[in-house]
Amino acid sequence: MKYYLLCVLVMFIVSFLPRVIPMVFFRKKVKNKFFKSFLYYMPYAVLAALTFPTVFFCTDSVPVAAIVTAVALILSFFRLNMALVAAIGVILAFGLGFLF
Amino acid sequence: MNGLKRNDFLRGLKNGAPICLAYLAVSFTFGLLAENNGIPVWIATLISATNLTSAGQFAGLNMMILSASLYEIAITVFVINSRYVLMGLSLSQQLETEVGTVKRIIMSLFITDEIYAVASAEGTKLSFPYYIGLATTPYLGWTIGTLTGGLVNSVLPQSLQIAANVALYCMFIAIFIPPARKSKAVLVCVAISAGLSCALYFIPGLNKISFGFRTVIATVLSAAITALIFPVKERVGTEETNEKNAEEIE
Repeated sequence: MKYYLLCVLVMFIVSFLPRVIPMVFFRKKVKNKFFKSFLYYMPYAVLAALTFPTVFFCTDSVPVAAIVTAVALILSFFRLNMALVAAIGVILAFGLGFLF
Repeated sequence: MNGLKRNDFLRGLKNGAPICLAYLAVSFTFGLLAENNGIPVWIATLISATNLTSAGQFAGLNMMILSASLYEIAITVFVINSRYVLMGLSLSQQLETEVGTVKRIIMSLFITDEIYAVASAEGTKLSFPYYIGLATTPYLGWTIGTLTGGLVNSVLPQSLQIAANVALYCMFIAIFIPPARKSKAVLVCVAISAGLSCALYFIPGLNKISFGFRTVIATVLSAAITALIFPVKERVGTEETNEKNAEEIE
């Protein structure tokens, strides 16, 4: 429980700092082109790294997870809303769970 | 003056309602996932109330479930939330000059992709009451959604609980695929990152690296490589973010 509370505190701090520092201290624009570009790409990079390969092992069956991943990729390509992609993914994983 | 402030606040409330609805659905999943993996409902709700960030707290939760070290959690969540630096910079410049430090600190608590996107549409006329109005219902929706999701989970059957684990990754995919479709640079970045992460996981020897650091290494390398190959043009960074977020809201 102490671990959980420390996690919450740590997560709060690292969520708050990137928001508050520029709001309070930096009122000028970032000039460095590389740093700006790096910041711009970083969120996408981190989401991809979090998803792969962990997604394949998040259910009881790798084939089920792989099929769900493929479907999510296709639905997202057609810009389906993320809550819908998630809902369809869960329903699909639930259904396929009986087959594999 | 007070009437103007009140109008601004009410206008913000109205514009925040669609964000609130979207947040209810996502945070419901967060509460459900947490409870699903043995994290108490009140801890999940506390995370939502203090973090108010989808990808960051989902990743943090993921690592809590895997019992990662506090150090790893701090770095990963910070890396994900680093995009708020750009949004904070952008909002900071939009604010009326008389907005003081305390108000700026309060505002920074509520910076999210969606709230930022709507607030940035105000241009240089962004006011404190409008922003607070805008953030109110999304914040409540996010917190209450988490609580509800956590409470509902305990009545779900085991097979559905396992199936629900894919929700997180489906959402991540739904966040990074549309911009990757639109921008070759983002596509390259995502491909390098996913490839590196898989390589670090599967290659013998390298796979001793923990989940947290694997994520950080893949992220930093892929974002740096992409930034070198495709530097963003002047001011494009924030404008594209605005555009992307505007699309997500629609």
